[in-house]
Amino acid sequence: MTSHILSWIIFTPLIGAFTILFVPKSSAPLIKWIALATTAVVLGLVCHALTLFQPGLSGFQMMERTSWIPQFNVQYLLGTDGISFPMVGLTAIISLLACLASGSIKERHKEYFFLYLLLETGMMASFLALDLFLFYVVWEVVLVPMYFLIGIWGGPRREYAAIKFFLFTLAGGLFMLLGILSVYFAATPHTFDITQLVGMPRSLIFQQVVFMAFFLGFAVKVPIFPFHTWLPDAHVEAPTPISVILAGILLKMGTYGFFRFSYPLFPEATHWFQPTMATLAIIGIVYGGFVALAQTDFKKMVAYSSVSHMGFVLLGLAALNANGFRGAMLQMFTHGTITGGLFLLVGVLYDRSHSRDMNGFGGLGAKMPGYAGILTFFALASLGLPALSGFVSEFLVLLGSYQYSKLATGLSTLGIILAAAYLLYMVQRVLLGKLNPKWASLTDIKFVEILTLAPLMVLIVVIGVYPSMILNYMIPTLDALLKTLKV
Amino acid sequence: MNAIESLKHFIPELVLLGGAFAALTLDFFVKQKKLVGEFCLLVLVLALCLAKIPAKPMSLFFGMFELDTFTYFFRCIALTATGITLLLAMGYTPLRNRYEGEFYGMFLFMAFALITVAAANNLLMIFLGVEFVSLLSYLLVGFLKNDPKSKEAAIKYLLFGSVCSAIMLYGMSLLFGATGSLELKVIGDALFTASLKPLAATAVLFFFVGLGFKISMAPFHMWAPDVYEGAPTPVTAFLTVAPKALGFAVLTRVLDLAFWHFQGVWSPVLVILSILTMTIGNITAVSQTNIKRFLAYSSIAQAGYILMGLAVFSVLGRDAVLIYLLAYLFSNLGAFAVVTFVGEQTGSDSLDAYTGLASRSPAAAALLMVFLLSLAGIPPLAGFLGKYYVFAAAIKAHFITLAIVGTINSVIAAYYYFRIIRIMYLAPATAPALGAPSRTLTLALWAMLAGVLALGMFPSFFITRILG
Repeated sequence: MTSHILSWIIFTPLIGAFTILFVPKSSAPLIKWIALATTAVVLGLVCHALTLFQPGLSGFQMMERTSWIPQFNVQYLLGTDGISFPMVGLTAIISLLACLASGSIKERHKEYFFLYLLLETGMMASFLALDLFLFYVVWEVVLVPMYFLIGIWGGPRREYAAIKFFLFTLAGGLFMLLGILSVYFAATPHTFDITQLVGMPRSLIFQQVVFMAFFLGFAVKVPIFPFHTWLPDAHVEAPTPISVILAGILLKMGTYGFFRFSYPLFPEATHWFQPTMATLAIIGIVYGGFVALAQTDFKKMVAYSSVSHMGFVLLGLAALNANGFRGAMLQMFTHGTITGGLFLLVGVLYDRSHSRDMNGFGGLGAKMPGYAGILTFFALASLGLPALSGFVSEFLVLLGSYQYSKLATGLSTLGIILAAAYLLYMVQRVLLGKLNPKWASLTDIKFVEILTLAPLMVLIVVIGVYPSMILNYMIPTLDALLKTLKV
Repeated sequence: MNAIESLKHFIPELVLLGGAFAALTLDFFVKQKKLVGEFCLLVLVLALCLAKIPAKPMSLFFGMFELDTFTYFFRCIALTATGITLLLAMGYTPLRNRYEGEFYGMFLFMAFALITVAAANNLLMIFLGVEFVSLLSYLLVGFLKNDPKSKEAAIKYLLFGSVCSAIMLYGMSLLFGATGSLELKVIGDALFTASLKPLAATAVLFFFVGLGFKISMAPFHMWAPDVYEGAPTPVTAFLTVAPKALGFAVLTRVLDLAFWHFQGVWSPVLVILSILTMTIGNITAVSQTNIKRFLAYSSIAQAGYILMGLAVFSVLGRDAVLIYLLAYLFSNLGAFAVVTFVGEQTGSDSLDAYTGLASRSPAAAALLMVFLLSLAGIPPLAGFLGKYYVFAAAIKAHFITLAIVGTINSVIAAYYYFRIIRIMYLAPATAPALGAPSRTLTLALWAMLAGVLALGMFPSFFITRILG
């Protein structure tokens, strides 16, 4: 098992998914337990891989290589490094917690958990694939289960949200495919192997054109303004666990793509694109913040706050220096935990009240003290309170961007102020004030729900207090990437 | 090779021909017409087993036929498509009349005709083969002679087809007049040495009309939706796949042998026609309410993608045409197998019949979903491999505009394929559950599913066999 640990991480959910197919539709509890056990096993496997992972190395580790389509030199090529491994860990954690939080799914359990596990396979494979062809295949494999998960179990406008998500991402992905093909045919010998492709000389104009093709694919996923319009729809309509997966993992696939493919493959184009990237990051941070401030729908507010927070990842990417990259990678991880938690909390409230209108709540702090405490914790983590992980990552990003552009940094700090505004305004409207008599019968947060949130809180505090615990895994790889980019 | 020597390389075709006459004779003696169908299936399987990959290209019957791996590939395509169609037809109630036996027999003639088209290496043989296929198609489309829609479709098909064939024949006569030969290779050399560029350009355009009709290329696609809607469903399934594939076979051969010196002339024309075909097909498919019409427009769009490979006309482009056709065969026949099943159970081909199919017949819905996803080009299914090939061919030859238009079209296509998936999975069921499919239909469904999955996940197995 140790020699093929990455394949086991990818295919264990698939095995679980097909096991579920053989369970009769009527035995919903059994199906739930199988899904939960599968995601738990995957987390166990990732923990096992963690013991094998050598943080001091910058190259790929635990690589697996098998020829898949020899005619095109396509390989089944897996490997992990300091960029992908934290994402794999995040995927395993979020998948388990979101599975635990899937109690709100009341119908068609068999289909739900089958698709859910299929989705986990796709996400894991996206973070582990080192062959561009394989990467494209698994990138698309993620879309189909997501379409159904939003479309079948989502809110009132689920059909629209599902197809919009699908078409946006598919369109971006197809342009990425054209880019992948261009890279393939431009390389001698023709190969999709990222370990060979990095470092091959490419003309500037070629790099620019193909960088843009990849950019379309990744920008839709992040999402970068103006490709973000699918996000509020998808996040709001998706059921709670799927919103958690979307915000926690799927958005990271976009920024991961920049780290893994766009930057090392097209170093000159990366420098050329730096100002645009910074501009788009600032637009995302400020625009996302202002729109979040204007929301009355709790979930939509969290969704737009995602746009703002992912802007910090982009800002770190645009900085093109050590602090910026470290901040961006850390922000990818912390945003997954914090926003995942916020979406879970929105779900907790929605399950009880069937409402997400923040203006309609009020005074819940006295009624649901446990819930109020946890919500305040996540709100503070999200707005960047020191000693919590959100602060560390955003601080590092700003530190990095300051070295690149003072103006960009100055404008971006506006995002932090906005975050404080919309999050505290939310706390005020939901938890403080007079209790709306309509919600007098609401019960406090349950043990299972705390169970889904507690691990995230531990991570947020631990990373906030001692960030080098996770940064140590990332730094050698990120430093090597900076060398590739010649900065 | 002379006729007698050629015969021993022509055994599968002789089996088909003998089988066809035997089936028609058998039809006189048996009451249980299904037996005739089973007999025909047996003949097809026998022919498929007897067909061998030729070690080196052979010229049969004084150069009338060319037997090479290309012919072998289309031989397999023709036999598979015919076999699957027979499986669909054997479970199709409207055909249960006194002509049922003849229906099966005609498919053996059809298989024979298709193979001659694929092997034809001579203008005369091409015309005869294409006309043979067309005449049989007209008959099959109008087979339900008491159904006005079927009759209308047959007449439309006949009129449209005759005009297009006549134009192609005129192009052939020009070529013969100028070069004094019917052999493609001789024509190609003569056109080049005598530098007859204007004449070659005219002739190639006339070929595009005649064969464009067969492959439902815009602007010669007008017949397709009406014919596909009116024809009996198994025949529609067949028409969207087999004659189209063979149209591409002839087109490839003609362009390759007779007109390859003039690629600069026809390649831009094919680029435009490809873009036109996929765009018209896709945009019109969006608003269809009848599943057969819907798949008709989708098949027009698919022809547009295949034309991408032909327009590029590199080695990779030609490979792309073959791989795409195989992927399309599995996906489209599979989709039509489900359509036949649902039409049989509900008596309707309207999209409403598919509402909530996921709960009324989970297996049928799941299968149709897989086939539609394959048509949409979602990995890791067969359709993705086809899409990958045509895009790769376009990018390699720097046909960037074509690749981008193809990309945008793929997104439009995904929208309407997902429309069906949405109806099946996201809408609540309003009609009662469906029964089980007949045994022959089940066999066809699983065979096509196996094809879609195998070609998508283990492509190298197929690529080595098809392209060597």
